[in-house]
Amino acid sequence: MSVDTGPLPLAPSRKGRGRPEPELPLPSREGVGGRGPGLTSEPLRQFLQAARSVGIRVSAAEGIDAARAVQVVGYSDRTVLKDTLSLVLAKTPDEKNLFDECFDLYFRRDSLAQEDEATTDPRAPTVQSGFGGEGSGGGGGRSLSQMLLDDDRAALATAMEAAARESGIQNIRFFTQKNLYARRILDRMGLRQVERDMEALRKDDQQVAADRLENRIEALRDQARDLVERNLLLFARGETEKFREELLKSARLSNLERRDLERMRVLVRAMAKRLAARYAKTRRRRLRGHLDARRTLRKNMGWGGIPFVTVWKQKRIEKPRVMVLCDVSGSVAAMAQFLLMFLYALNEALKDIRSFAFAGSLIEVSDILESEPIETAIAKIMQAMGFGSSNYGNSLADFEDGWMRLVSNKTTIIILGDARGNRTDPRTEILQRLSQRAKRIIWLNPEFRSAWGTGDSDMFRYKPYCNVVTVCNTLRHLERVVSDLLKDAA
Amino acid sequence: MPDAGVAPAGSAAHKLASIEAVELGLASVGYIPSRQISTAVYLAQHLQKPILVEGPAGVGKTELAKSVAAFLDLTLIRMQCYEGLDEAKALYEWKYGKQLLYTQILKDKIGDVIGATESLPAALDKLHAFGDIFFSHQFLEPRPLLRALQQPGGAVLLIDEIDKSDQEFEAFLLEILSDYQVTIPEIGSVHAVETPIVLLTSNSTRDLGDALKRRCLHLHIGFPDAKLEGRIIESRVPGIEKSLRRELVAFVQQLRTLDLKKLPSVSETIDWARVLVLLHAAALDTEMVHDTLNVLLKFEADIEVANKQIATLTQKARQEAGLPG
Repeated sequence: MSVDTGPLPLAPSRKGRGRPEPELPLPSREGVGGRGPGLTSEPLRQFLQAARSVGIRVSAAEGIDAARAVQVVGYSDRTVLKDTLSLVLAKTPDEKNLFDECFDLYFRRDSLAQEDEATTDPRAPTVQSGFGGEGSGGGGGRSLSQMLLDDDRAALATAMEAAARESGIQNIRFFTQKNLYARRILDRMGLRQVERDMEALRKDDQQVAADRLENRIEALRDQARDLVERNLLLFARGETEKFREELLKSARLSNLERRDLERMRVLVRAMAKRLAARYAKTRRRRLRGHLDARRTLRKNMGWGGIPFVTVWKQKRIEKPRVMVLCDVSGSVAAMAQFLLMFLYALNEALKDIRSFAFAGSLIEVSDILESEPIETAIAKIMQAMGFGSSNYGNSLADFEDGWMRLVSNKTTIIILGDARGNRTDPRTEILQRLSQRAKRIIWLNPEFRSAWGTGDSDMFRYKPYCNVVTVCNTLRHLERVVSDLLKDAA
Repeated sequence: MPDAGVAPAGSAAHKLASIEAVELGLASVGYIPSRQISTAVYLAQHLQKPILVEGPAGVGKTELAKSVAAFLDLTLIRMQCYEGLDEAKALYEWKYGKQLLYTQILKDKIGDVIGATESLPAALDKLHAFGDIFFSHQFLEPRPLLRALQQPGGAVLLIDEIDKSDQEFEAFLLEILSDYQVTIPEIGSVHAVETPIVLLTSNSTRDLGDALKRRCLHLHIGFPDAKLEGRIIESRVPGIEKSLRRELVAFVQQLRTLDLKKLPSVSETIDWARVLVLLHAAALDTEMVHDTLNVLLKFEADIEVANKQIATLTQKARQEAGLPG
């Protein structure tokens, strides 16, 4: 099987693949270099796939737009092409960064192949030596062994690109597939035959040539692995990250590792933003079909009371008023980090939220969360309160003294903690008073239900005064609880 | 717009013949575009798509629209978005007063029209013959969006700060953005006479919907690099000396690396350059910077942060501008 040695084409694909799509009526422009025959040419289609896999959302319509745009500007100028595709495809600053990276990676790969070809082409095919040529990636019909012995790097690189394309490298998804694909590429290039050739050389007592060939094979293996790795980066990063994120979302927060913190932060923020966006718009809802007669009359006074403009009744939906009490003591320290992170994100999303942190006693942390960037805010809170042993009774008393008067029948109180007060007085009567004042109390406990009430856990003593008590130890739990909260408030 | 009706249809297209032409054209009206910006304007014309411009305040998003209009010699129609903006203010409104006045006049004349008829159906038939006078174009008060579509010869439509409007309004814009038409229930669809060039700006105070983003070219204007900023100052503040210009651009560029609440933008740099020219400054010195820093920075906390480092920053700026320290 012979493969055309064309570069992964930057020049318009001459193969006429893809359906013959109708030319769109576009304003003509003089000197458009290299306009492809089809609407979506092969390199663009592959690039879109690469872009999708690094996490840029490219819809079908945007793909068509990209093709149209490329038709207008042409492939000839790389920087213009980059700007153009960036305009059409990447729609947020994050996506712009991803796009730049992906574009450079993708087209660098391309230009390598092209350079290689430029140096190979003018050469006349060397005289065939005695090796049988079974390799598919033939540089002008020469066998792989010949190329290896000649150390013809350009031809080898071209052959490898071709073999990679044939083996469907763009379908690679996980790093565990690296060896598989490297093997496939080498097989397609005809490594088996080379190995046979090497054996033959050894039998013929040409040890020097055989050793040389062996070295070259090793080098070739390395190159193949390199190539696969590059492609893995290009085509599969999005998949692996998605996979990892899914995992993180349902992992127990206390088990997360330090290296995942950054990723968590992004996830938490995205989640808070999503929640905020979803519930921000329900605040003002028009009641359809209920005429506000009084305001209609007033508005139309100027026209002698003839109702040209109608005013409809509106339902004002209150923003949820939330107070969050977060346990940051040693027993829940691992968890507390994320709770604080979530509080922080929520603080950005909801306007009217007051946050408190407690261990042995309780302080308000709304200001810190509002004014400091997230890392310092969390560090500050943990420094002030964290890692002590918790005293729920004391903390509740602090809350009653300082902030109970601000609790109204519209306030939702969320308590995040394991209810383990180190055998101190739980002061359940305070929570009872609190529950009488507040709209409701939600207790989120990171422990599993089976652990409640064991040892020093006072969960069951507090439970009667809470409207909801639920296990909450993954990001998903957290999202569900907060979503419910906002929905009820709406 | 000067003699709108006569403007040749191809003039805008002609001026936007290539990316370089756009770059030169914008520069000729005093807007120094980066390559991305000129590519975006070029593509907007050739793909007939709106441009969504995002970026920090003061980098020239609104200015871009004004300059495109000036360069193409088209009318700029601007719509400022805000919370609660609705179609009555954005698209059209019926002229209620006029309608009322006409009803009064018709009341007197109605006898003449139906006087001779005997029965109610006959009277109604006669009235029907007049058609829907009250809901016709004569009683329509066009607002920015409709005006942009009806403008003979085309227009540049600037939808400013789209992120300030409600989500519902965003959805309402989709029709005009993708098909360049609007639907008025009483009349029907109104198509654009000449496809306008549409620019939307956003400060990203909230995420815009995917549907809107999908219909637009997305242009992100960040802070310019030193070279571009120098050219911008040169074009906007022609009276400034070359050495001072280099120095002040280097200073601002460094200021942007500090941890500030609000980084100084291009518009602030221009203001500052103007101030320095007014003060007849020949070079930056610590005292002068100290006195005029409030032009660049708008928060007390930021000024405090920067004040501590003025000496080092000016020193570095001098070095970078290639002047003796």
